Amino acid sequence: MRKRITLFLLVAGLTAGLIFAQAKPAKVIAIKGARIVPVVGDDIETGTIIIKDGKIEAVGRDVAIPAGAEVVEAKGLTAYPGMIDGYSLLGLQEISGVNETVDNRETGRINPQVRAIEALRSDSMHIPISLANGITAALVAPSGGLISGQSTLIKLYGWTNREMAIKASAAMQIEFPAIRGGRGGFGGGMGRGGGAGAADATRLIAELKELFNKARSYEKRKAFAAKTQTVGLPGLDETSEFLLPVIKGDLPVMISVHSDRDIKAALAFVKDENLKAMFYGVEQGWKVADELKKSSIPVIIGSTYDMPPVWEDGYDQLYLNPVLLNKAGVKIAFSSSSASVAWNLPYHAAKAAAFGLDKREALKAVTIYPAEIFGVDKMMGSIERGKAANIVLSDGDILETRTNIKKVYVDGRDCDLSNKYTELLEKYKKK
Amino acid sequence: MNARLKRLWIAALILAVASLPAFSAGGSLLIKNGTLLTVTKGVIAKGDILVLDGIIRQIGMNIQAPPGVQVIDATGKYVIPGIIDSHTHIALNGTNEGSEAITPEADVGTVVNADDTAILTALGGGVTMVHTMHGSANPIGGPNVVLKMKWGKPSEDMIVNEALRTLKFALGENVKQSSRTILPGGPPPRYPQTRMGTNAIIRREMLKARVYMEEWDRYNKLKTSKTPPKILVPLRKDLRMEVLADLLRGKMVARCHDYQATEALEFMGLAKEFGFKIQALEHAWEAYKIADELAAAKIGISVFADSWAYKMEAAEGIAYDAGYCAKKGVLVSINSDSAERIRRLFNDAGKTMKFGGLNETEALSLVTINPAIQLGVDKIVGSLEVGKQGDIAIFNEHPMSAYTRCDMTIIEGDVYFDRAQYLKEREEAAKQAQAPKKGGRP
Repeated sequence: MRKRITLFLLVAGLTAGLIFAQAKPAKVIAIKGARIVPVVGDDIETGTIIIKDGKIEAVGRDVAIPAGAEVVEAKGLTAYPGMIDGYSLLGLQEISGVNETVDNRETGRINPQVRAIEALRSDSMHIPISLANGITAALVAPSGGLISGQSTLIKLYGWTNREMAIKASAAMQIEFPAIRGGRGGFGGGMGRGGGAGAADATRLIAELKELFNKARSYEKRKAFAAKTQTVGLPGLDETSEFLLPVIKGDLPVMISVHSDRDIKAALAFVKDENLKAMFYGVEQGWKVADELKKSSIPVIIGSTYDMPPVWEDGYDQLYLNPVLLNKAGVKIAFSSSSASVAWNLPYHAAKAAAFGLDKREALKAVTIYPAEIFGVDKMMGSIERGKAANIVLSDGDILETRTNIKKVYVDGRDCDLSNKYTELLEKYKKK
Repeated sequence: MNARLKRLWIAALILAVASLPAFSAGGSLLIKNGTLLTVTKGVIAKGDILVLDGIIRQIGMNIQAPPGVQVIDATGKYVIPGIIDSHTHIALNGTNEGSEAITPEADVGTVVNADDTAILTALGGGVTMVHTMHGSANPIGGPNVVLKMKWGKPSEDMIVNEALRTLKFALGENVKQSSRTILPGGPPPRYPQTRMGTNAIIRREMLKARVYMEEWDRYNKLKTSKTPPKILVPLRKDLRMEVLADLLRGKMVARCHDYQATEALEFMGLAKEFGFKIQALEHAWEAYKIADELAAAKIGISVFADSWAYKMEAAEGIAYDAGYCAKKGVLVSINSDSAERIRRLFNDAGKTMKFGGLNETEALSLVTINPAIQLGVDKIVGSLEVGKQGDIAIFNEHPMSAYTRCDMTIIEGDVYFDRAQYLKEREEAAKQAQAPKKGGRP
């Protein structure tokens, strides 16, 4: 009896050990024989990628495979860097029509204190679906009001919200007041721009500037109080307190802005306030592409699954906008602007390519460009030595709808690609 | 001729003219050197299509254009049958008669809006025909209408009379008004408020329709008998019952908005119980759960590719739905249900190659021949075949590629969308807007 128990314990222990070993990334992995599209640098027709401790150790045509490495035969597959979604609702929204599951819009208008990371549902059913389509990181943004809160940059694999954070706070989200009201999407419908008219917008921009001014005085008072014993600390001003990283230049703003006039006003605002900025949406950016280029402010393209906000701009303007911005030299990244179809990210890029965007630029705008825009290009966005091993193995062009994703590595971990889609499918296949 | 006779004569003349068949010959053109994706007859690598007076007359190679017929060079391009949207609500002045639960008399065919810019949007996405439907506010909505996207033509020219007459039904969250807040002092909730009630109210109306039909049968039989009774009380026409009677007599088919497997199966049960035909289930996000039952009952589905999780009953709407059901033998179409998605139906169809493993032709079928079959117009449209109407779209890349774009849309041999022309006009308009205004006059 005793022997049996010992044996049982031994087996159980071994099994547990095995599971544990499987859960941890193998120390060295060699992806062998794949076509490699590093995005930065030339494509490698057949090459090898060595992953060590979650990082890319080597990439090339003739890379020696270290002894003891786990070899992944990838003949016929293409290796891409994991894609990065420039703006999503992943983890903040499960079922958009069921308020109980929606956490991306706080009530009130001025909410710099709210942080997407603190509400991010790590177990969201939408995250593994995006991952299974080759997306390994995403910006998750709150929206609504004037200052919506702090977005977060996450990797799409992990057991807890904090484990998933690449940048717990990635940007302060601002919805720029819309001057242009009336017909079409700007300032009115489509849930963008806050619904302000021209007069309102001027007042709202003034209000925004006043908030930044106030935060600056608050900072000065705090600094002065800290230096001297004669003046007490100012009482907590929550809004100012959470704008401090922005005015100090530690946290960029992401300004959601749409029409050409508003983009111009936002450019002036960023200059006046001396902010580190990126723009989101920017549907009429093509009309002010040169000004945008001059400002060096990068642009996260809103969803192409939308109607052109101004019909006169043309039925194809949402598809053409990224083409024209790219041509003007503006740095662009695509976004899904979604939770439930965040996995469609590559198809927004392909859509722009259908209307003239260079295919390689389209690919960059879902990989290295968003990495650069979010300041994480030293860590990800391409297949290069030293970067995190966020690698996708596919059976074709990663931006094509017909392409199947075979494997996804995040930090060198061979991710489980099962998700709500596959689980339900498998369940009913058994019927 | 006295005045009365003259008036009669004129009236007769007007009647005679009005009763002539609406004669629209359609256009003629020759599309040359395209890759023809006929959908039903394979792929022709470098082929031509000749459309004469709106009808496809010849498909093949090296076809010569008859004198005066416009030639369209499709070298390097892909030529497909015009895309058909099996479920949308565009080009209507009003969609939902939601004031009551049962409104089969509310026919959207009477409120077609030929000026809806969504028609242009549709054309820009290669769409030539739509099934534009009553909304989903009530268990029995109303008749729907099939339109061709003939922008610039009056609404009566857009209506496709050859199509099956369809009646909209709806189940689930919309009809039970789950998103509606009942305010204190406001109107009481409309029956039904549950899925039980929804099924029950449809059954009630079918029972009523059955009685109504029996009554008319009795009345007609007596009236036409050799010895009609002296006193025969005439029956009253009931517009609601007339429509339901048409459904029960097989002169109409049902198109039913549903999400969940149970409600779909129960509606199928009602159809069996009362002997009406369900042509397709709309949205049907849980069709994959009952694919065998659907295939056995020969009931099609008209679904989204991937728009899901927007409400509770769409929470298990997996992107495999369309492809999986198609493989199981269900007649599947991908619909837009929106003026935005309608311009990328081809992209949505392409997604079934990843989810469901359909091949290019099968995927393309979901937005061409399959919706045509569902609408009962597969004899006239839905594929590139000699004898069918010349409804054609031309794409720069394979339409199932994510990199594709619609360059031209043709209906019955007339060009309704031409991207090259569109760009030219836009450029000219921009030039004119920038040109310095000629001064002189105040």
